[in-house]
Amino acid sequence: MSAILVTEGLQKSFGAVSAAADINLAFERDSVVSLIGANGAGKTTFLNMVTGYLRPDGGRVRFDGQELVGRSPREITALGLSRSFQIPQLFQSLSVRENLLVAEGIAHAERVEEATDALLEKFDLASYAARPAGLLPEGIRKLLDVAMALVSKPKLLLLDEPTSGVAADEKFGIMDLVMTAVRGQGVTVLFVEHDMDIVSRYAARVVAFYDGRVIADGTPAQVLEAEEVRRYVIGDAPHAA
Amino acid sequence: MKQVLLSGIALIFLIAAAWAPQWLLFLLALALAKGLVVLGLLLLMRTGLVSFGQGLYFGLGAYAAALLAHRGGLADAALMIVAGTACAAAVAAILGLLLARYREIFFAMLSLAFSMILYGLLVKSSALGSTDGFHVQVKQFAGIALAAGAERRVFFAVSVVATLAAGWLLHRYLASHWGRLSEAIRDNELRVEYLGASVYRVVYANYIIAAALAGLGGAFAALAVGHVDPETTYWTTSGEFVFIAILGGTGNVLAPFLSAAIFEALRTVASQYAPNVWQMALGVAMLAIIMFLPGGLWTLVRRKAA
Repeated sequence: MSAILVTEGLQKSFGAVSAAADINLAFERDSVVSLIGANGAGKTTFLNMVTGYLRPDGGRVRFDGQELVGRSPREITALGLSRSFQIPQLFQSLSVRENLLVAEGIAHAERVEEATDALLEKFDLASYAARPAGLLPEGIRKLLDVAMALVSKPKLLLLDEPTSGVAADEKFGIMDLVMTAVRGQGVTVLFVEHDMDIVSRYAARVVAFYDGRVIADGTPAQVLEAEEVRRYVIGDAPHAA
Repeated sequence: MKQVLLSGIALIFLIAAAWAPQWLLFLLALALAKGLVVLGLLLLMRTGLVSFGQGLYFGLGAYAAALLAHRGGLADAALMIVAGTACAAAVAAILGLLLARYREIFFAMLSLAFSMILYGLLVKSSALGSTDGFHVQVKQFAGIALAAGAERRVFFAVSVVATLAAGWLLHRYLASHWGRLSEAIRDNELRVEYLGASVYRVVYANYIIAAALAGLGGAFAALAVGHVDPETTYWTTSGEFVFIAILGGTGNVLAPFLSAAIFEALRTVASQYAPNVWQMALGVAMLAIIMFLPGGLWTLVRRKAA
């Protein structure tokens, strides 16, 4: 199976802090991959470089055969790469329905109203349709954020901490809805996550980051058992002196 | 219901065009002209932008229309209205290339700077009457000669029709995808870009639309007053438009016209009974609006409707 996203020698520093040091990764089509790591490990920087928000200091990012470095987020979205955000990026004064209508309108959906209704149903958002996005509970904000990212029918969906700030008993419900929505659509999913139960349940592959480097890459069982991951990411192994 | 209400308002204005005394006609004509400028400001404010320089396009519209009659020998009101609108839109198409890149205070101050540049040019230009400006005499509309004394009433009736058309078109625009996109930009530009739309293009288009409306208002003001001067581009004129926009709020396309009429009436009464402190009356009105009706006077209409 061919890779949809390939990064080669990706580098990024903020002053003396290295947020990405020679990141070489390839992600297969139709796969679900989780990126894990402690705060500041470089996960979000990686997403920001891939989506054009940050320009890497060095290296390449190839998506579906096209070079992404130097392109704007808008151009990258048009190529079929979409993302959600750790802090949901919504249109606060607009209703849930209007948020989706804006996204559908941009994506040039043929039947915008019908497509919006379908999306409201798919993400279990119909009962919130008229409520302004600024007044939504966090879990619903997260769902709306992901739903908007899916409107453009991306080939690759990047989710930045889709369950952070959400009550523990709601996390699986949110992930189930998201995974049901993307299933059978031919969408590759990369999600950043801190909750290892979520990672184990939904990801087929896990990439662990620490200090701007990839310290482990493999199945959930392999990665979550790796000593460096237990020490630097999960925190249940003693730090080396 | 809305159509009935709008038709009723239009009918009242058209009756006013035929029967109202000249002073009332003048006041209403200015209110409509300024309301058109504020209609454009409403669009910019819905996009998250406040321009302190709409006087630039108001003045351009007025001068372009007046110059067509004064120097061009084409003293036809219909042509003047088109010239005023087109001139403002054309200049905005050039300046917008730069201004659409700026936001918040930078956008506000840059737009103010451009209007003051035009003010400076007009003040220094003796060919355009310098600080005194020049008179505009028009006795024709769309090739039809107008009876002496009836010009102002005809121009007012035309401005009522044009205002209705502009208000309806903007209402449709705001309800369209681009209208929703404008509000989305005000809330979160980053997300709009990540959804795949160009924020720059929307801001640029809205800037030109707002300028065209200001130019249209300027042309009608020139016809109503029969005179143009650099004061139309001065920063206090631009400030007046922002004042009217805040007074009415951005809730509906009718709000600018409601607030422009109240503003003109308030100013007329205040300057008659308190000629030295009438600005203070306006200041108190603004304070009251900001403290008690931050959404503008349209909030009252909305509350009543609810």
